[in-house]
Amino acid sequence: MTSDALIEVALHDLAHARTGDKGDRANISLVPYDPAAWDFLSREITAERVAQWFAHRNAGKVVRYDLPKIQAFNFVLDGVLQGGVNGSLNLDGHGKSLSFHLLAMPVRAPRAIVDAAREARRR
Amino acid sequence: MIYHRDMTKESLLVGNGAGFSTDYTDAGIAVVDALVRSGKPAVMFYEMLAERTLAIAQRERIADPEGGYAPHMVDALEPVLGTCVANGIPILGNFGSANPMGAARRIHRIAREQGIRGLRIAVVEGDDLRDRLQRIQMSAWEEEAAPDLETLKIISANVYLGGREVAKALALDPHVVVTGRVTDSALALGPLIHHFDWAEDDWDRLAAGTVVGHLLECGAQVTGGYFADPGWKDVPGLDRVGYPIAECHADGSIVVTKPDGTGGLVSRRTVIEQLLYEIHDPAAYLTPDVALDMTEIEVEEVGPDRVRVTGAKGHRRPATLKTTICFDGGWLGEAEISYAGPNAFARAKLAKETVEKRIAALGLDCRLRTDLMGFVSVHDGDGGGLAATRDGSACRDLRLRLAVDAADERTVERATRELEGLYCAGPAGGGGVRRRHSWRVRTASCLIPRESVDPKFRLVTADDV
Repeated sequence: MTSDALIEVALHDLAHARTGDKGDRANISLVPYDPAAWDFLSREITAERVAQWFAHRNAGKVVRYDLPKIQAFNFVLDGVLQGGVNGSLNLDGHGKSLSFHLLAMPVRAPRAIVDAAREARRR
Repeated sequence: MIYHRDMTKESLLVGNGAGFSTDYTDAGIAVVDALVRSGKPAVMFYEMLAERTLAIAQRERIADPEGGYAPHMVDALEPVLGTCVANGIPILGNFGSANPMGAARRIHRIAREQGIRGLRIAVVEGDDLRDRLQRIQMSAWEEEAAPDLETLKIISANVYLGGREVAKALALDPHVVVTGRVTDSALALGPLIHHFDWAEDDWDRLAAGTVVGHLLECGAQVTGGYFADPGWKDVPGLDRVGYPIAECHADGSIVVTKPDGTGGLVSRRTVIEQLLYEIHDPAAYLTPDVALDMTEIEVEEVGPDRVRVTGAKGHRRPATLKTTICFDGGWLGEAEISYAGPNAFARAKLAKETVEKRIAALGLDCRLRTDLMGFVSVHDGDGGGLAATRDGSACRDLRLRLAVDAADERTVERATRELEGLYCAGPAGGGGVRRRHSWRVRTASCLIPRESVDPKFRLVTADDV
């Protein structure tokens, strides 16, 4: 298999993430393990795609902020907490677990990028 | 042991001993020891006040006029107060919550019990706007509608004070600074303003100090907490995770580290995750002291568990201050029952359908949600859209959870009773019912003009209490 052959992985293999909340709004950072994935993730993990992935959580507006200097993305999702920590019926009212819902997203990535991420995780 | 402290102004070490109200109360001990060993000028801060914590504290104060401060303040301070006083390390905390003076009196009691003499506590007040709210002009915060003061049952209203107010309290030369509501990062920025004498419009340095506070204010979240993902992101010694220390310099450059010999990890990855925690637009993080722009920040590992952060940019502070209002949010009822073993998924699903049908038949005025924990729960929406796309028939240990939200306790109790009924009348083998009804606090935020706030600073000595 060549290094640009596409293989399906979870986003979890390429990047790490953390959720924060303020009111009824969640933010999820997404940080590639290796800089090699930056351009790929920038093309693939658009605000639209994230909004679709969180559609069952009534995601409203989703904005992606890019931070190339630290090689990170910041997604801000309106409405996904369905009432926020003080009004939610969800067991996890803060949405702290939602970073791992984002990381569960399947992506078809070039093998070279998947391999680079695996190597970077070991460093 | 008392070390000679180098009191030059070149650097300030900022240590953190708590990142939320129920954080580990022994976390500060190793940090204080490291600050003492360094022999350098240092401060210690504790962030123990979440948005709605204040409303709960306000209710406690109504019940007990001496109560209403952070519930775990005493456990956190008892092991470190004497060492900090003896070594000239000021302690700062928003543990005053709804009753900063009550907190100060309680800290003096610790000092008396431990034979610490001459304790000086600076108290910051003026954040509590509950009695003045009607006379203050409010505007909307972000895209939230301004709260309707006529209809809400308001429990607390507090404006976020800034690092400038914390610095003014430090000018009284106290051993301890007790605040109510301040912006979390102000507990670190304030000592930096005081120590380096940063001007009110030195935006880039105020931005750098805000980054220190932002990175440290959640305690272990920058030193390996809320981070470990075994096999992907490993963290050594999470059970004895070290809390953070920032080495800060007059030019605004900082190194984030943690005490030697503790568990946890400070890496580029832990710092970047925490840098973006609870951030919306990274180019405009608004605080009372400065508008912080993170987009030029660089993060670099400069040694084991040592990460340098540079490049914070600051812009003029906002003309308004954020105020959070807490009001009665009705009741949440929760109830659970377990099903395990052969055909558990079908039995749990039948239990779920049964309780949903019975509550619907009661015609109660409530919102309702059910989950099958062990199949799909926290990631799902209230409508169960995610569960509908999955097959759970292989799950053999499930817990049905019911959540209901209503204006009064009676309604949620009536609803959760239907789940308990499944013990005898539901599917086979249901066990372990738990029910819980909790009063809820809701919050709303708004903006108020800076001029409408009048912070007060008081020095409280042992003779005053």
